[in-house]
Amino acid sequence: MPKSYADLLREARSQIREVSPQEVDALPPGAATIVDVREASEWDQGHIPGAHHVSKSYIEQQIEAIAPDRDAEVILYCAGGVRSLFAAQTMAGMGYTNVASMSQGFQGWKGAGLPFDIPVVLTGDQKQRYSRHLLIPEVGSEGQAKLLASKALLIGAGGLGSPAALYLAAAGVGTIGLVDFDVVDLSNLQRQIVHTTARVGERKVESARIAINALNPDVTVIEHEEMLVAANVERIIAGYDVILDGTDTFETRYILNDAAVAAGIPVVHASVFRFEGQLTTFVPFEGPCYRCLYPTPPPPELAPGCSVAGVLGVVPGILGMLQTNEALKVLLGIGTTLAGRLLLFDALETEFTELRLRRDPACPVCSDEAVEARAAGRPLATTSVGADAPFLLTTTGLAGTVSPEART
Amino acid sequence: MSVVFIPSVLRANVGGAKSLEIDGASIRGVVDALVTQHPALKGQLLSEDGDLNRFVNVYVNGQDVRYLAGLDTPVAAGDEVRLLPAMAGG
Repeated sequence: MPKSYADLLREARSQIREVSPQEVDALPPGAATIVDVREASEWDQGHIPGAHHVSKSYIEQQIEAIAPDRDAEVILYCAGGVRSLFAAQTMAGMGYTNVASMSQGFQGWKGAGLPFDIPVVLTGDQKQRYSRHLLIPEVGSEGQAKLLASKALLIGAGGLGSPAALYLAAAGVGTIGLVDFDVVDLSNLQRQIVHTTARVGERKVESARIAINALNPDVTVIEHEEMLVAANVERIIAGYDVILDGTDTFETRYILNDAAVAAGIPVVHASVFRFEGQLTTFVPFEGPCYRCLYPTPPPPELAPGCSVAGVLGVVPGILGMLQTNEALKVLLGIGTTLAGRLLLFDALETEFTELRLRRDPACPVCSDEAVEARAAGRPLATTSVGADAPFLLTTTGLAGTVSPEART
Repeated sequence: MSVVFIPSVLRANVGGAKSLEIDGASIRGVVDALVTQHPALKGQLLSEDGDLNRFVNVYVNGQDVRYLAGLDTPVAAGDEVRLLPAMAGG
């Protein structure tokens, strides 16, 4: 016997539990998986915060990826509460035991004055440019929108900063800040691929900006053409979501570490020497900071920079790209960062080694005691790199990269 | 015998070796044997009062000895000991 729409609706209502928008709103976060089954164009106009999107026509194909547990609570909604009933029936047929439909749908949700998110809508060009990101479930248009709204700061537009600047730009990180006061030198071009032969003698921040915008005009570049010193670090790093440390002096690394911990900004750290590199991600208070790892800087003979010791050009390239990978994960909130792990790379052996790092309970910067002391306006004393390490100014051949101001 | 990995910045002090097999039941024993064989390393690994310098981290099988028993951390045959000074290059 043929069934009418009214028959089907009645049948679905008798089989599927319905919940009101208020009941959904009152659920503790994460208690149920909320799925919007409307079309993409409707989702783009606004949706319930934290909801997933699977159009009703893709329920059978895609729901298992979002709700792998057949017995966990899943709540579906559409615009008015009908499509979600039928979609819930489909899921019940797939063996989902705890699937409900939100009555009155998104209209009812908005009518009740409940909060909703309006996703950033990518332009046609952006959908094409970032299509390989949009295809990855962990990124998708939401992740891409996050990247476009993100701000990453590169300390140094050199060997590590070059690949980082290019890949962050290609990935569509909306704002890239560059801290560098140097000019492009011919000897930089063996590894600093963001610059070009034609731009030798130009300011590095400007040269890098040209390359970034040639690759992706979506990106806003902020040029900080100054030395990172204790007096300006707080101002420079303010507002950035992640920092990539690619400097070549210990002094800058400690100054940056202390300020980033205080500001709560993750720092992706890399350093290179000849055929070797070290990489980790310092996530304030989740893992150790730079001072936990190296409480004091080494003496000059143990720590020559690239300008004295040399470096195989590809080593900062590889490390800079690994830094970018870490930064993208931090910005997207996906995966596992290197927080608490130090990755060593040996280019001669093509060998990666991982070491376990721990927070120093007595760290003068990131320990509980240090946080309290800072809050009380009397920060704990730290080893002053400048005073202890005058070699930074001479032996490493980096004269001019450290200001007198930074040495105090 | 433990295997001690020498970072490239220190290799000139040990005749260019990338790793050395060293006897010693503890990190102290290994470091002592190492600086006896290669006296040039002494000032780089140990402070004047005989402690490990704070700018050189020492790991046994991937774990920082500062969070184990420091110089008294036991070392077994076949353990991997890694000396790791800070690097600044960028």
